[in-house]
Amino acid sequence: MEITEGQNIGLHTQELTLNMGPQHPATHGVLRLILEVDGEVVKNCIPHVGYLHRGVEKLAEYRAYPSVMPLTDRLDYISSMVNNIGYCIAVERLMGIEPPPRAKYIRTLLSELTRISSHLLWLATHALDIGAMTVFLYCFREREWLLELFEMLIGARLTVSYPRIGGVRCDVNREFLCNLKEFIKEFPDRIVQYETLIDQNRIWLKRTKGIGVISAEEAVRWGLTGATLRGSGVNYDVRKKMPYDAYDEIDFDIPLGSNGDVYDRYRCRMEEMRQSVKIIEQCLDRMPEGPILAEDAPDLDMNPRGHRMLDGEFSVWGAGLAFTDEFVTTPKGELYSAVEAPKGELGFYIVSDGTGRPYRMRLRSPSFIHASAIPRLCKGHYIADVIAVIGTIDIVMGECDR
Amino acid sequence: MRSNEIVNKLKEAFPEEIIEVCSFANQTSMVVKKQRIVEVMRFLHDNPGLNFGHLQDLCGVDYKDTKPYRFEVVYQLFSIEKEHAIRIRAMLPEDDATIDTVTPIWDGASWHERECYDMFGIVFKGHPDLRRILMPEDWQGHPLRKDYPLKGPKEYWKGFQEVLRKADEYRQYETKVLD
Repeated sequence: MEITEGQNIGLHTQELTLNMGPQHPATHGVLRLILEVDGEVVKNCIPHVGYLHRGVEKLAEYRAYPSVMPLTDRLDYISSMVNNIGYCIAVERLMGIEPPPRAKYIRTLLSELTRISSHLLWLATHALDIGAMTVFLYCFREREWLLELFEMLIGARLTVSYPRIGGVRCDVNREFLCNLKEFIKEFPDRIVQYETLIDQNRIWLKRTKGIGVISAEEAVRWGLTGATLRGSGVNYDVRKKMPYDAYDEIDFDIPLGSNGDVYDRYRCRMEEMRQSVKIIEQCLDRMPEGPILAEDAPDLDMNPRGHRMLDGEFSVWGAGLAFTDEFVTTPKGELYSAVEAPKGELGFYIVSDGTGRPYRMRLRSPSFIHASAIPRLCKGHYIADVIAVIGTIDIVMGECDR
Repeated sequence: MRSNEIVNKLKEAFPEEIIEVCSFANQTSMVVKKQRIVEVMRFLHDNPGLNFGHLQDLCGVDYKDTKPYRFEVVYQLFSIEKEHAIRIRAMLPEDDATIDTVTPIWDGASWHERECYDMFGIVFKGHPDLRRILMPEDWQGHPLRKDYPLKGPKEYWKGFQEVLRKADEYRQYETKVLD
């Protein structure tokens, strides 16, 4: 017997309001969703964000330009390097500083390493949410390797604060390069390993194909960026459209999807990891010799040039304090500068009033915009698919709430 | 399209709206009046030569005591097909901090506008769901205004007081260490 509506057999039915989060393992942080469900089908969904709001934009107004860097680390805390680089590029463009070519290549290389590390975490948790436990363990194996690479170079694993306005903090060492070469030799095979686990897996295909579909026009209208947008077939990548660092000298492709569903976005990110390996290889081949910090770079709390360190009144601490509004003036003006973070377009809008502190620093974080599109993506799907949708847009709440 | 061509095109269509054109670090921004902002945005979005489909950013800026008007709402536009960008800045006086919403053109503007309302108290007329977004719903004041202190008022926010009260209440259930 087929029952279509409860009323037919005298049962009382009603739409339920379901609270999902803020503490829920599949919400990738503290995202709260209020779901209006009819049986298993989501009729409406209202996201609530702001549980991790720290007021980064307000804090930045009270700090000198170099001291804002540690704040950017804590935005998207699994790809802090790209946040730092994005911030540095914005300030460099404001001050008219040109970093030396070697620094540009090092930054490009590390951006891509961060992209791989972020995508690995995304794949691990996304697959785990959908039910593929094994992928999680494999991905974390490689991610650990990457974090060890970061530790070798910088001494920090997550919140790196490695780039500097006008360059980078320290040069790459031989130990790091040897290990990196080993990693990029090994990594393409590892991607194949993940794919053999899930690419043809019937459960994976059932859970991802045709879920969270969004057309190209609509995706642009919602302001989606990154792989979330490219899964719908829109060729928009900040690395190509507004090149920064060494990306204009490097040959790489932008993988595009066509259907705009969870599966296509998954494919996009997997291909992006392959492209990242390609970029890293090119960076290693072409990396020029030379300085790693521009001559006109402002003093920083950790000065890499020895002659100014710790002699007399120029202590390490003092060098950091030298860059405040009394001593350094910046050009008056405002600019928007964007980089392609692993999650999407990370933009910095800085208004400068001529002092050493930003008058206003606005962060355009991709996760915030992506979270706003959750109701659009999961309307009409089952509750279980909400998890797949949250996974596919790849949000980090630290960046969303700022 | 070069940025001066975009400016000229917009000046032709809306001669009275544009107040000022600024250029800094190879970026062009236009200061416009707020009254016809939706028409300006619609023109930028729909005109086939301009085709600004991607709203990169929308944010507010507080220019207290530095400019004759107090607030600015900044629209950062980019065209994916034509690969050009422009920034539109709408002026808002302090006594009338309202502007029309652009959510009918870009769905993604919705949360940006909510955030702008939350942080600056700028009201977006016609917005479908204008509530606070990052701050708690019963929060007093707008944090990113220049006259809002970095460190909050002496009294804690109600929600936090509640947490403290509960923590006190539950302390009686703590296990006591016997000597």
